[in-house]
Order: sequence, then C-alpha cells, then structure tokens
Amino acid sequence: MITMPAPDEAVLARRAEIVAALRRIVPGEGVIEAEHERRAFECDGLTAYRQLPMVVALPDTTAQVAEVLRYCSANNVKVVPRGAGTSLSGGALPLEDGVLLGLSKFKRILDIDIANRCVVVQPGVTNLGISHAVQAQGLYYAPDPSSQIACTIGGNVAENSGGVHCLKYGLTTNNVIGVEMVTMDGEVVRLGGKHFDASGYDLLGVTVGSEGMLGVVTEVTVRVLPTPPGARALMIGFSTVEGAGDCVAAVIGEGIIPGGMEIMDRLAIEAAEAFVHAGYPLDAEALLIVELDGCEAEVDHLIAAVEAIAARHGATSCRASQSEEERLLFWAGRKAAFPAVGRISPDYYCMDGTIPRKRIGDVLLRMKQMEAQYGLRVANVFHAGDGNLHPLILYDANKPGEIERAEAFGADILRLCVEVGGVLTGEHGVGVEKRDLMDTMFNEIDLNQQQRLKCAFDEKSLLNPGKVFPQLCRCAELGRMHVRAGQLRFPDLPRF
Amino acid sequence: MTVFQPSDAAEAAEIVAWSAAESQSLEIVAGGSKRGLGRPPRVDHRLDVSRMAGIVDYEPAELILTARAATPMAEIEAHLEAKRQMLAFEPPDWRGLVGGGGEPTLGGVLACNLAGPRRVRAGSARDYFLGFSAINGWGEVWKAGGKVVKNVTGYDMCKLQAGAFGTLSVLAEVTLKVMPKPETACTILLQGMADEIAIPQLSQALNTPYEVSAAAHLPASAARRSGVAAVAEGLGAVTALRLEGLAPSVAYRADAIEALLGHGMRLDAVETARFWAEIGQVRPLLERGPRCVWRLCPTPTSAPALTKALHARFASAEAFYDWGGGLVWLSLKADEAGPDGGADAVRAAMAQAGGHATLVVASDDVRSTTAVFEPLEGALAALSKRVKSGFDPRGVLNPGRMHEGQ
Repeated sequence: MITMPAPDEAVLARRAEIVAALRRIVPGEGVIEAEHERRAFECDGLTAYRQLPMVVALPDTTAQVAEVLRYCSANNVKVVPRGAGTSLSGGALPLEDGVLLGLSKFKRILDIDIANRCVVVQPGVTNLGISHAVQAQGLYYAPDPSSQIACTIGGNVAENSGGVHCLKYGLTTNNVIGVEMVTMDGEVVRLGGKHFDASGYDLLGVTVGSEGMLGVVTEVTVRVLPTPPGARALMIGFSTVEGAGDCVAAVIGEGIIPGGMEIMDRLAIEAAEAFVHAGYPLDAEALLIVELDGCEAEVDHLIAAVEAIAARHGATSCRASQSEEERLLFWAGRKAAFPAVGRISPDYYCMDGTIPRKRIGDVLLRMKQMEAQYGLRVANVFHAGDGNLHPLILYDANKPGEIERAEAFGADILRLCVEVGGVLTGEHGVGVEKRDLMDTMFNEIDLNQQQRLKCAFDEKSLLNPGKVFPQLCRCAELGRMHVRAGQLRFPDLPRF
Repeated sequence: MTVFQPSDAAEAAEIVAWSAAESQSLEIVAGGSKRGLGRPPRVDHRLDVSRMAGIVDYEPAELILTARAATPMAEIEAHLEAKRQMLAFEPPDWRGLVGGGGEPTLGGVLACNLAGPRRVRAGSARDYFLGFSAINGWGEVWKAGGKVVKNVTGYDMCKLQAGAFGTLSVLAEVTLKVMPKPETACTILLQGMADEIAIPQLSQALNTPYEVSAAAHLPASAARRSGVAAVAEGLGAVTALRLEGLAPSVAYRADAIEALLGHGMRLDAVETARFWAEIGQVRPLLERGPRCVWRLCPTPTSAPALTKALHARFASAEAFYDWGGGLVWLSLKADEAGPDGGADAVRAAMAQAGGHATLVVASDDVRSTTAVFEPLEGALAALSKRVKSGFDPRGVLNPGRMHEGQ
C-alpha cells in the first residue's frame, strides 16, 4: 500500500479555528464538519484507499474558492480538490490534515455559443450534461469516459480523461479551449477562451491533466462538435488476440481511423455475454468491435472495407450492425464489461497502461505467465486503436493477502507496459495508485523538472500533495543552481 | 559571439550548463527559417542544433513518428507521404512571410506551435506532440510524455514546450502522432460575399456534420493575389470550404454543403492543395513592400467587426480570414503602422473581440520596442515568469524572445 505524507500536528491542533475561518468564507451548509457527513468524501473510485478529510468545504462562487485558497495558503493548510469523485487512481483521496474542496455546487451551464462552437460551463457539470445541452443543435462534446453520466468536466480537466472515441476525436486536452482557475495563493487567472491557441506559454495545456495539483478550475470552455449523422459497428471474432491486433494495425494502415475500436479477450467476452446477451461469439479468443461514423455513404463504404480487412486477417466471425438498436447492443457488452466482470468475481482491480500496439501479443503472453505466478485471473478489455489496456485483475478482498497480491500483480503489469515502450497510465491518471511507479518511466532529473513546474504554481506544495510524485516537492532546493561560475569546462566543440 | 554546433543532446547539455554557469545567453537555431519570429535576439552566443537531425523511428501502423528536433520538415513530409500519412495540423511554410530563407525543421514547427488551415478541425502542433527529450536551463537532459498516442503520466509538458519559442528548453528528440492522409479533397468557392455575411456562413458550415476541414474568406483585394486562377479571376471576395476523405463521401458532402449555402465553384484535389498551401503561407498578403503583418486570433464571430474597426483606423489595412474567422491575417503599410507597428490600435480593437494578437512581420527595430506577443498582466505575468525560472533560472535560453526579460 502507498503511504500518504504524515499529517501536520500543528494544523490538526488548529482544526476548530480552521473550520470557523472556513465558515466565515463559505456560509450556510457549505462547510461540513461532522464525522458521519465527512464519511461520504473519504474515497473516490479507487476505494482501496480511504481517509477522512479534516473538513469539507463546498463553495459556490469563484470568489469563495479564491478566499478559501488564500486562507489555506496563508495558514499552511493543505487542500484537496474534488469533482464527482469518480477518479480511478485516487486523485481526490483526502488528507487527514487537509481541507477537501468540493466543486459539486458549480453546476451551471453559463453560455451555449453555437456560432463559435463552444460551451462555457462550471466544473461541476457532468460530461454527459454538456452533450445534452447542445444535443438539440446537433452538437456534442466528444470525450466520453465510461463514467460520463457521473463524472464532471472539472474532474475531466484534472485527469485529461479519454474514452472510446479519443483516437479519432482526441482527449479532454484537445477539446477544452479555456478555463478560469484559482491558484493556491488565491489568484484568479483565465487561460484560453473562445479563441484559438494561447498567447504566451500554453498554461491551459499543462493544467489539463495536472491532477488538481496546479490550481482549482472554476469554469471550463469546451469545444463542441457536430454529431456524426450515422454510425455502424462491426463485431469481429478472432481465434487469437494477436490476430485481432494485426487486424487493427491493418485498418489503420489502410488509412481508416474508426470512431471506436475495442478488443476484449475470452474471459471478458464470456463475462459480458452472460451479463447482457449481446450475441458475442463465445468460441472466439478475442472480439474486436469497430465503429465507423460519418455520413451514410462513407459509413457503408468503410464497413465493407473493414470487413474485407478482417477476412484477410483470419476473422472467425464478422457481423455488421443493421440498425441503431443493434449497434448499441454490440456496445452494450463492452460498456458493461467492468460490472460484468464484477459478477464473476467479488472484486476486481482495473489497470490502465498503454503499450505500442505491436507488442500486444508479448504483453498478453507475459500477463498469462503472471496469472500463474500470482494465482489470480485477468480479464482484458482495451482501446485497441491507441494501445490503451484495461486489464481487470480478479480477486476477493475477503481472502487474506489477495488484495496485496492483486496490487503487486497490477504493478508488475504496469512495469511491463513501460518495459515494452509504453506508459503507466493512458487515461486514469497517476494519482496515489501509480505514484510510486513513476520512477519506472522517469529518472530523478525528469521528475525534478516536473516538480519545478509545480513550484511555479504552488510554492508551498499545499495543493493536493502526496499525489503523482513519489517524493514531496522541495521547491527551494529544486530551484537552486549547483554550479559556480568559471568552474565548468568550456565545451570543446566545433564553433565558427 | 560563438556558434556552437553540438552533434547530440549530451553535447548540447554541456554547452547549456556552461552558459548557465557563466550567465552567457544562447540563441537556439536549427534551420533558421523562423529566426525573424518573436523579439529579435540579444544574446551572447548561438546554439546551432542543426546537426541533431534524423528520423529515429517511424511506425505508420502505430501512428507514431520520433525524430531528432532539427530534422527538416521536407524529410519528415517525404517519409509520411510514402506511407500516405501526414501531420494533421498542416504546418504552414512561413519562409515567404518571415523572409530570410533557411530550412524549416520539426523542432521549429513545434517550438512555434504552428498550424495551417486544418487547425479549425484537427488542432495545432501541440495537439499531436506526444513526448520529447530536451535540455533545460540547468543543462540537464530531461524527458516527458511518451511514445504512444495515449498517455497521461505526469504533467503534459509537451503543451508547454509547444509555442514556448525555445525559452524553456532546447528540444532534442520529439515524438508526434501522425494521421492517415485523406484519399482526396475538394474546395467549394462561394463568391462575392461581404465579410459579415461570409463569416456566419463559415460558422454554419463548420457546424454541419459534413466535416469541413478548412474554412477561409478572402476579401476581393486578397483573392486577387491568389495563384489559383479560379480564385484570382472571380468577381471579388471568395469564401472557401474544404472537404477531405474518401471520394464518394467528399462528393456527397460537397453537394450537401452547396444545398445549404448555395451553388459554388469547385477546385479539384490538385488546386485544393495549392490553394490551402497559399493560405497557410499567408500568400494573399505577401510582396507588398515594407509592411507589418499581424496574426490575430479573435473569437471567430467577432472577426468581421474587428477587421472593420482596423480598416477604419488604417487606410493601408488588408486582411483575410482563416479558421472560420478564428484567424485574421492583417497587413499594414509600415509607415502608416508607425513605430509600434500599429500595436496600440490593433490591441485596442482586439480587446473588443477577445483573443490575442501577435506581430509576425515588422522591422527589427519595431519588434525590439513593441510587445510582439500579447502583453501579459497581473497574476498571469507573474506566473509565466515563475514558469520560465522553473526551466531556465539564469535566463540563458532565447532570453527576451517572447517577452522582455523572459
């Protein structure tokens, strides 16, 4: 298990005083102190980690957020921001000596600007809520994490969330064009807006995906896109996962970028089919779902093209959806894969590494060997187009030692992803969960440079500390330059 | 002034470490085609990284390309072309605009975060920048991001390096996401529309599901200077919409757009490529004697009013629109623009429109004394300064290139 920084006793001793100060800033029921009420905030989607926050504040204006942060900064109190709490990496895990700053009251859609193809919302609006707001105009917000009914755009910005459509339409970072943000010292800054690009450094770009460590986002401007007029899906069975992977490479090699492209392995197929009866081929070792979207002429043409590619790559079965109902049915199994796996195992642990797709065969083989080594099974679903794996490790938390084994197994899978040229996390974030694995991808210099950026935004390291980085920032030390003028050798290099 | 020519990242790091220790500033140059962008360098030495070139890895099926930063764009494009792929952000060739020749490189395109007409649909250089290694102002080689298309491990440092004009680190090796090249393309030309009619029409077209991949409007004076006959010899202003993809799909969508906006002329794939390359190169405003050229990024719908205000202020103003109005190129005669390049008036007009203005072309004198990039104020200025110090505490990497003292 990951350990969080030791709480600051001096802050804990001043708890009553801090609560009173917060009450002066956030009136009414916006400050939550009672233990049974704080309990609701003790974890996010990574439920293995729980911690009661010292106090919860639920402001409803940017001015209140700024005031809370200014107070906390002046009084050296740590702050953990939280959206809907659906993070799968523990990004919103509270601190014992920290204020949990919830943005759930920021629920308003502020501006729907069709002509400029954007929507301005408060961070507590759900991902799907944005699409609903512009649906009547034939527009939608493209990134679609599977938690999109519940997760909020503020959390999406923090985590740079993806979804099944991101190979074609991009992640959150490619679809957010502006934010209003409050830094830890209480300054309100606007980054981007309705216009294209930034002038000066792209601070918006680095804020998206910063896991709540650079600032608290209080307003978000997103790009909305025209809804594709049609979409059809193909359900293709293969006798090996490698075969499915080769088919994916061939589809992209032919210049086709599908709206979605997902692979499930045998265990995932069985679990999903038993749950939703989507008609998945139970004799297949791998199922590839390919969705093609666009205008009708294009979709039909692409369906035929992908069918032909699949046949050339040894598909054992291939069905194209003939109606919208059937398309949704094909997806129903994939979208319900996690709960479906939840039916065949008391608990599961979802991983999120990305690998170069050509290594899929090796990685799955090594995972099979690890299954034997750890005595735990894995069901695999993954975003095939971009190589983002979601191995689900099945375990039973009630059996002593299983959760530790599952965690160790997960860490080994992520080390394997890095070893084959991939990364620790494709869309769920580092958070607490993968914090201590960061050194498998980055050396000390790389991590120091990341932390120096953090220092520029939050010099005292009060905003969401203990996440992402294995060691806390030491800004003064990191900023120093350990060289003395005149003592470095003049480089002996060609010059003219 | 010494010119250093390191052959790899380790040598470059040694030079930067020395320059930091001695507080000797460096201008970072590869092909040199963009030396005229930003504020003119006032530096002690030049770090010429042009030997740090060459494609390291290109995996078409993974949609990944890794190359050393000084790899010429021509080499990158030739490799992509051979596999029918492309850089989706359509990096424009600004040699004609900025002058001075030189060979555009991949690192330069990223450092300036350039994007061409497809920006309106596909995003900018920053949106395809997946990972890199670079040398910071301590002279340390560091890396961020990865070599896969989907990655959220650590801060997204690629975004910060893109558009930093070499002031935060020296890029050594970069990885980008590449995309398949469309099978064919066509352009619909609608003629004779006034700006305030044309921009809403572009907006309407971009809001259809017909996947418009570029949307420009050329007032009569700009259209006349096109090298594409159908554009130059038309009746005046030209509004252009590009469609790309599979042939039957492009034909279908072109019909649908014309059904919506009215009948137009069509450019075939060859003329389409030529026309949009010109737009990226800002060709409709080139070769006009001593001029100041501004790149304005307003809220798209406010672009016509912005241009109108600038025409009222400057008799010599010429302009055209790309990105559905989200990009306005403005050219002013240098003597009318005055010693600040027209900055005060341009920025006053921009304040109404929302967005930012960059002075791309002007004499060294003007660019030395005028804020070339949108001036930063208050908390944002302080934050940017701290970010710069976090990468380059001694201010040795392209100091002052973007802002005075940064």
